[in-house]
Amino acid sequence: MNDRIYVYILVMAIVTYAIRVLPLTLIRREIKNTWVRSFLFYVPYVTLSVMTFPAILSATRSIWSAAAALAVAVVMAYRGKSLIFVSLTACGVVFLMELVSFTI
Amino acid sequence: MNQRSLQYTTGIKDGIPIGLGYFAVSFTFGIMAANTGLTPWQAIVMSLTNLTSAGQFAGLGIIKAGASLGELALAQFVINLRYSLMSCSLSQKLKEDTPFIHRLLIGYGVTDEVFGVSVCKFGKIDPLYCYGLLSAAVPGWTFGTAFGAVSGSLLPDRIISALSVGLYGMFVAIIVPPARDNRTLAWVVAASMILSFLFSWLPWLRMISSGMRLIFLTVVIAGAAAFLFPFPTNEEDCYE
Repeated sequence: MNDRIYVYILVMAIVTYAIRVLPLTLIRREIKNTWVRSFLFYVPYVTLSVMTFPAILSATRSIWSAAAALAVAVVMAYRGKSLIFVSLTACGVVFLMELVSFTI
Repeated sequence: MNQRSLQYTTGIKDGIPIGLGYFAVSFTFGIMAANTGLTPWQAIVMSLTNLTSAGQFAGLGIIKAGASLGELALAQFVINLRYSLMSCSLSQKLKEDTPFIHRLLIGYGVTDEVFGVSVCKFGKIDPLYCYGLLSAAVPGWTFGTAFGAVSGSLLPDRIISALSVGLYGMFVAIIVPPARDNRTLAWVVAASMILSFLFSWLPWLRMISSGMRLIFLTVVIAGAAAFLFPFPTNEEDCYE
């Protein structure tokens, strides 16, 4: 299993590196196609949205602490807080909610 | 100080905030990697060789599911496809006579944040500036992973539980501000989350593995959005 994990890591690294380096070395001109540019613009947002929800709800010990963390993170991000601030606030919300609910 | 070493030190200076942010996020990645069953060394090697949050994070889920290498490669391709656009754009910012070897090395470090900082610099950029950025960003990402993977087993459950949402918190912080300012993007994000929920909940659909679900939904939703709401050209260059 251990060796297998390194094979997985190697495949990930090769694919990711190829995506990054090929345009820098081969395609030295700008992509003009509107659909391709738009597609590439939307990709990160769709990917991150799909990865975040509903997976976040089962990341912690209780669905309620995770839901509260998600809600607070959305509000903080909406107000334009930094990545670290939003991230740590979400962690803080989970910690406090679980401190209360698992202690009582 | 000569001109070239000044480029390098400026890069380091601009890269320090990136490195600090990476440290915090990769700490939670390290914890998750340990929970998935990776050894600290495996987590460290993954962070050092991949240098990407969303890709590595999705990779953990795919490894855990024991999916095929083909599925893993396809998922990484789709998730990290955005880097190709950044590399194209960054390629325009390098001096034309930038040697091939420098292009190979810079390619390793194209992340959302490194790209965002580089591409918004005035004028052409020197490879040494990029190396400066990476000298701050890469250690932040790698050491954060190491600390997370090692200390994850020492920390109490409630701390682990709290830190487990850290990476999701960062994703939310990336998605929400542009979606607030762009109604189309807000609908795209909402549709992504609703479909993702349906795919993980409805019978039959939920039997699709998480990697395939991510690939399928990304291609279909981003493809449809690009078709229905094409993005005006030359506007996203400094969207970071």
